[in-house]
Amino acid sequence: MSIRIENIQKHFGRSRALSPIDLDIRDGELIGLLGPSGSGKTTLLRILAGLENADPHPSARIHFGERDVTRVHVRDRRIGFVFQHYALFRHMTVADNVAFGLTVMPRKSRPSSAEIRSRVYQLLEMVQLAHLADRYPAQLSGGQQQRVALARALALRPDVLLLDEPFGALDAKVRQELRRWLRHLHDELNFTSVFVTHDQEEALELSDRVVVMSEGRIEQIDTPEALYRAPANRFVFEFLGDVNTLEGDVRNGVLTCGDARLNAELPQGPQTLLMRPHELTLGHAPTSDAHLPVTVTAVVPVGADLRVELSADWLPAPWLVSARHSDVAELSPQRGQRLYARPLQWHRFDADGQRLDAPEELRLSA
Amino acid sequence: MQRIGDAPALRRLLIGSAVILAALFLLLPLVAIFSQAFAKGLGTFMVNITDTYTLSAIGLTLFITVLTIPVNLVFGVMLAWLVTRFTFPGRRLLQTLIDIPFAISPVVAGLVYLLLYGRNGWIGSWLDTHDIQLMFAWPGILMVTIFVTCPFVARELIPLMQAQGSRDEEAAVTLGASGFTLFRRVTLPNIRWALLYGVILTNARAVGEFGAVSVVSGAIRGQTNTLPLHVELLYQDYNTVGAFACAALLALIALLTLAAKAGLEWRTARRESVS
Repeated sequence: MSIRIENIQKHFGRSRALSPIDLDIRDGELIGLLGPSGSGKTTLLRILAGLENADPHPSARIHFGERDVTRVHVRDRRIGFVFQHYALFRHMTVADNVAFGLTVMPRKSRPSSAEIRSRVYQLLEMVQLAHLADRYPAQLSGGQQQRVALARALALRPDVLLLDEPFGALDAKVRQELRRWLRHLHDELNFTSVFVTHDQEEALELSDRVVVMSEGRIEQIDTPEALYRAPANRFVFEFLGDVNTLEGDVRNGVLTCGDARLNAELPQGPQTLLMRPHELTLGHAPTSDAHLPVTVTAVVPVGADLRVELSADWLPAPWLVSARHSDVAELSPQRGQRLYARPLQWHRFDADGQRLDAPEELRLSA
Repeated sequence: MQRIGDAPALRRLLIGSAVILAALFLLLPLVAIFSQAFAKGLGTFMVNITDTYTLSAIGLTLFITVLTIPVNLVFGVMLAWLVTRFTFPGRRLLQTLIDIPFAISPVVAGLVYLLLYGRNGWIGSWLDTHDIQLMFAWPGILMVTIFVTCPFVARELIPLMQAQGSRDEEAAVTLGASGFTLFRRVTLPNIRWALLYGVILTNARAVGEFGAVSVVSGAIRGQTNTLPLHVELLYQDYNTVGAFACAALLALIALLTLAAKAGLEWRTARRESVS
């Protein structure tokens, strides 16, 4: 079921939680709302669910498919909602939790208790927890509780599944597993899902499209790949990953900053270049186009990559370079070692944070 | 290695003085009540307890208690729900107002009710012209009893409901539950132990209330005399054994209440250790 949001805004007292927002979500999409805390992403999700009212405005509308749900009560919106801390009913068994939505249906439309039982069993099979049907929530691990919460939310076959920081309270490995499993479930059952997260990795891994938010505004809506490759503005760029900053003065095609020099065909005057950790390389000697002397302050292996932390007098904040082990084997960086950095490409944004141009690539001259 | 504050001499001193003080101030009076009550044997005790006026005092006390509990139950749940689930101007003020009966002396409460509802009172004079008498009758006793006990249920529920938040209720609504179903199947099970605890405290206070009741009851034997008032009347009549027999009955109710409370606490602790 597609979702169309038009001109939705929200104030809490005098503070603005959401600027007027428009958003179209296609049928069957898995959408991630990504942003720092206070960006309005949870407020937007709760307004979608009907747990919060948007500010009244004649043109404020929420459509689920053809159905206008702007003024429809939560209980009639046909949504499934998964809470950050699961919100399982602690005095009910796992099976009773999953059955809750079915047992509170009006007597006329309620399935028979045998039907409810078999439906609950199906759902528990689906989340691989059928063997724990008679346990209480407190006897389950966090990951298991979250799967029960999902089964409960899906019991009424909702049009739309909404998830508020669904994996936020779980440890890294369980989070990974559940993410993959949710993606799988989404593709199999083909409902439309919107989830909130502050974890950029989670948003990029799980979503068909990511909505990046800050301060109640939508900064960018794009596929994870496009978002990472071409962030629309500085906020998105900085929020989606580690950033190295080089600030200097450009004169006649050379940027200088203390001891550091870099050949760059840029307009005269002060310039700020931003680079991802993988957009920098390291070497024993300066090259003809880059003279950026740095000192290694830490070397941390992270999976297949090596993260090297660098500092220099001319750097206000340390740099981070990530490289594959094999690529730096010859260099074997050690703490305290003097090396030279060299950007492969950089990003520039104007004073308002808007992107200035496509990533510029330094031509490697042998 | 010794833990901070674990000096053996100090420990013995503290435990010793705590035991002595508890025995002197708490246990000894209790023993005295029962020994006085049975001073002239079980027969005399039974005669005193089955006295017509005593039986009527017991009846009135139970009657008032049985009416007070449901009123406070509904009122307390409503108040706690209001304060913890909604934000509105004056919410903090309301939370403070709940505590007035705790802060105010029961005698003062009784006098205020007399001032308001007595024959010459602000509301009482109007009631009097319509032939309705509240003071010096059981409705007055009921009113002041409700007044002094009304914080108990709400006070138990508010911190718990604040800690639990409204997530469970929100989850129930997203699953289609209507207001009453939600309350019956989600809210009530979550608060039932605190609710019962509040009822036990309400019960203890309703049975034992003296100050406020003595002002508004008039202590008419066989009519508006509650058990605590009856104890005083008997004592003033120099019927010491009778007074202590009734006092023993009150003490027994108090002990049963304490046992129920301890049982509940034990149960709650066990449930928590399971989860």
